[in-house]
Amino acid sequence: MRVDRRRDFPILNGTGPRLAFLDSAASSQKPQQVLDVMTEAYSSYYSNVHRGAYRLSEMATEAYEAARAKVAAFIGAADPREIVFTRGTTTSLNMLAFAWAGARLRPGDRILLTQMEHHANLVPWQMVAARTGAELVFAPLDDRYELDLAAMNHLVDERIAVISVTGMSNVLGTIPSIGPIRTMAEDAGAILIVDGAQLVPHAPVDVKSLGADFLAFSAHKMLGPTGVGVLWGRLELLEALEPFEGGGEMIADVGLYESTWAPVPQKLEAGTPPIVEAIGLGAAVDYLGELGMGTVRDHDMELTRYALDRLGEFDHLTVYGPNNVERRGGVISFTLADVHAHDLATILDEHHVAVRAGHHCARPLMDHLGVPATARASFSVYSDEQDVDQLVDALHHASELFGVGPH
Amino acid sequence: MALEDLYREVVLDHYRNPRNRKPLDRVDAHAEGDNPLCGDRIELDLTLDGDRVSGVSVRGQGCSISQSSASMMSQAVEGRSVQEIQALAERFKRMMTSDDQAPIDPEEPGRYLGDLEALHGVRRYPVRIKCALLGWETLDLALTQTNV
Repeated sequence: MRVDRRRDFPILNGTGPRLAFLDSAASSQKPQQVLDVMTEAYSSYYSNVHRGAYRLSEMATEAYEAARAKVAAFIGAADPREIVFTRGTTTSLNMLAFAWAGARLRPGDRILLTQMEHHANLVPWQMVAARTGAELVFAPLDDRYELDLAAMNHLVDERIAVISVTGMSNVLGTIPSIGPIRTMAEDAGAILIVDGAQLVPHAPVDVKSLGADFLAFSAHKMLGPTGVGVLWGRLELLEALEPFEGGGEMIADVGLYESTWAPVPQKLEAGTPPIVEAIGLGAAVDYLGELGMGTVRDHDMELTRYALDRLGEFDHLTVYGPNNVERRGGVISFTLADVHAHDLATILDEHHVAVRAGHHCARPLMDHLGVPATARASFSVYSDEQDVDQLVDALHHASELFGVGPH
Repeated sequence: MALEDLYREVVLDHYRNPRNRKPLDRVDAHAEGDNPLCGDRIELDLTLDGDRVSGVSVRGQGCSISQSSASMMSQAVEGRSVQEIQALAERFKRMMTSDDQAPIDPEEPGRYLGDLEALHGVRRYPVRIKCALLGWETLDLALTQTNV
């Protein structure tokens, strides 16, 4: 393996049986380095930001803003002001749906999504469509579990006002090419939003070349804490975005009847932000930056190739996702014969293998795949071949128990 | 054979060969139960003679816990009075959700609950307990709706 960092993660180094944690697509574990930075913030300089005229508050503000600059550099943003700290991907996407699209869409306008979106990039658009009279249209998948770009292109006309697509499917692992979708957005005069919840933690992302107008992602899937995420947008677009929430921090001047807004990003960060969480995200970005995201991506591809090979040992196991590891991430959804995904997860749990089982917050995609649920193994920088071997051994045991054979 | 393995065999036997799936000649009570999180589903028909459940038919789909539990339940309640069934349901729920050992007899496995006792181990998996209870909740619904 190119990355061998299991030792940095305290939860994986307990005294009990070896844990194969294969649910990083739901939420990743945290390295000691991130935990230390957060503990230091709470124990030596914690206070509210952008307020107090005292040294502690200045220190906290400095650390919070330094985290913003680190995140900006991490995704190649031109200016730290393009980084808005939110509660997570879901909040970032809701801000865009309600504050951007909600204020602009008219009846007959269209929102173009794909068949493989997470509920976070589907349900807000359904809500906004219902409010504005806009329509939802969906780009289909082809039989290799990849986005059918030709069919998607057929849906593009001047009615399309918003295109919002996942950067990496949390079920299939599919990584769609954003370049052609950028062209579609330009043809339609639409804005392009990328749900980066899975992509940003696992692949190099440079927003200058990505082609998106907005990018949303969460800290907790990229070795950082829960409770904080990012909305990146091109500066002029963020400046045009009306505040989603009003309150403290986001104002320039407040009267009884009206107020004016602070400049971005504060305009979009009402209330006390998740200060230490943002600082923790900064530490996670430092950690990933030190490894190099190209190396992280290579690690995921190697491990995915190894896992797909080993899962090939089972005659009755079906993997839902592209075969080509160049076009997919380290998220492997599968079913084993007719064994229910929850039964499978319980047996794997007895072998100290943690996988997700269910619909993965993507019910429409499950319907398309024709299965009520799948089991899903997903990787991060601490995952290794031994985790995959532990999974395969446990799957052999499950096959025996349920009489799936020959295997 | 370890008790744990014996239990597992009983569960899998009911899952692979569910009992009482045949339709009834006369349906006096019917209910359907869903567990949307897992996609488990149970459909239950009953034939009633006075306050006695004389016939049970269960159909459904889902995980091994929900389907085997419903199959075992159908065997356990057939021929019993509503009062007896309520006492049985109470004992089963206690086994699934409490720490006390009273609902089972370790000296004589299956004494009180028969095959249902095989689900004892499920309580180590809190998220799966509702799978085991789905059949019983559906039965409760069928009996309540018909006011037996």
